[in-house]
Amino acid sequence: MAEFTLPENSVVKEGKTFPAPEGATNVQVVEVYRWDPDSGENPRIDTYNIDLASCGPMVLDAIIKIKDEIDPTLTFRRSCREGICGSCSMNINGRNTLACTKDISDINGPIKIYPLPHMPVVKDIVPDLTHFYAQYASIKPWIQSTTPPPPDKERLQSKEERAQLDGLYECILCACCSTSCPSYWWNGDRYLGPAILLQAYRWLADSRDENAGERLDELEDPFKLYRCHTIMNCTETCPKGLNPAKAIAEIKKLLVERKIA
Amino acid sequence: MSLRSPLGLAKGLGSAKDGTHHWWVQRVTAVALIPLTMWFAFKVALLSMSDYETVLASLSSPWSAALIISLIVAAFYHAALGMQVIYEDYVSGKAARIIAIMGTNLLLFLLGTAATIAVVRIALGG
Repeated sequence: MAEFTLPENSVVKEGKTFPAPEGATNVQVVEVYRWDPDSGENPRIDTYNIDLASCGPMVLDAIIKIKDEIDPTLTFRRSCREGICGSCSMNINGRNTLACTKDISDINGPIKIYPLPHMPVVKDIVPDLTHFYAQYASIKPWIQSTTPPPPDKERLQSKEERAQLDGLYECILCACCSTSCPSYWWNGDRYLGPAILLQAYRWLADSRDENAGERLDELEDPFKLYRCHTIMNCTETCPKGLNPAKAIAEIKKLLVERKIA
Repeated sequence: MSLRSPLGLAKGLGSAKDGTHHWWVQRVTAVALIPLTMWFAFKVALLSMSDYETVLASLSSPWSAALIISLIVAAFYHAALGMQVIYEDYVSGKAARIIAIMGTNLLLFLLGTAATIAVVRIALGG
């Protein structure tokens, strides 16, 4: 059966509390999931009291401040700090999002930070995305065509054809959507999940690609594709404001179209 | 413990190249069930105060029998398709999943057939 409870060694315990620095004027409580694979201990929630008066506006700024000034053992991924690399995706107050584009001022009460749900944890808030990336590779996310490219210029698209990729090309593969999807939680070993399916549709929608048939063949599967039950968590959570659920619906429409219409 | 590559694991046994029919028929039966269920509910409400003979006569009319059998077929087919999806979602053991799907299909087929025979008997005055 699908697992609904945490195994014994994954139950989250209460951790350390770090008091606010002296003279702090605007204290914010930040609770962070901590787990160290080398310690053999259960995961715990550490509580940091930070001074927002000397902190940047985003949740990522708070995390960097904690690592710099309070606890250098805190492990997390981050790179661009402007919502384009997808590294700092995590679960903040119950919602998957990018720490770098999440305003601290939008959060009432303590900031609660967990790794992306239902993924193996490497350490602290760093999830293991190996399988996610392998699934991405499995859909062959590159242009496939038999017609050779023109020798002296790029493959052309009309403006209308290029517009077909809007809402798809912006995906940064942060995995917020896939890890918010219950179907991906229960059957992520086989279900491709919203992020990968949006990427798959991005190539189906590309006027320069000539392998739509083969791509659809590869996607037509009760588990790879049809685990999507339009739960819509993906669209709800996407920090880039994209609509993976619609992209999946478009794939299903193409499959029906080539069979029936 | 597996030393298979992540890509090998992700690709697994490949695509079943199936599932669209299942998905489509689930939707077709769902759409068919909207008017059929409404008609049936309406009919039951109308007949709720009638005596046995009146109900029997009403169910025996060819159109009534045909619509009820359509409702039975659509409902049980839809139920079988839907239950399979639920098992695929939540039952991760392969043997348990296959047994659950087969068992449910057999049971629903049996119930659907029994219901259809009952309607046919009433319609033919058996």
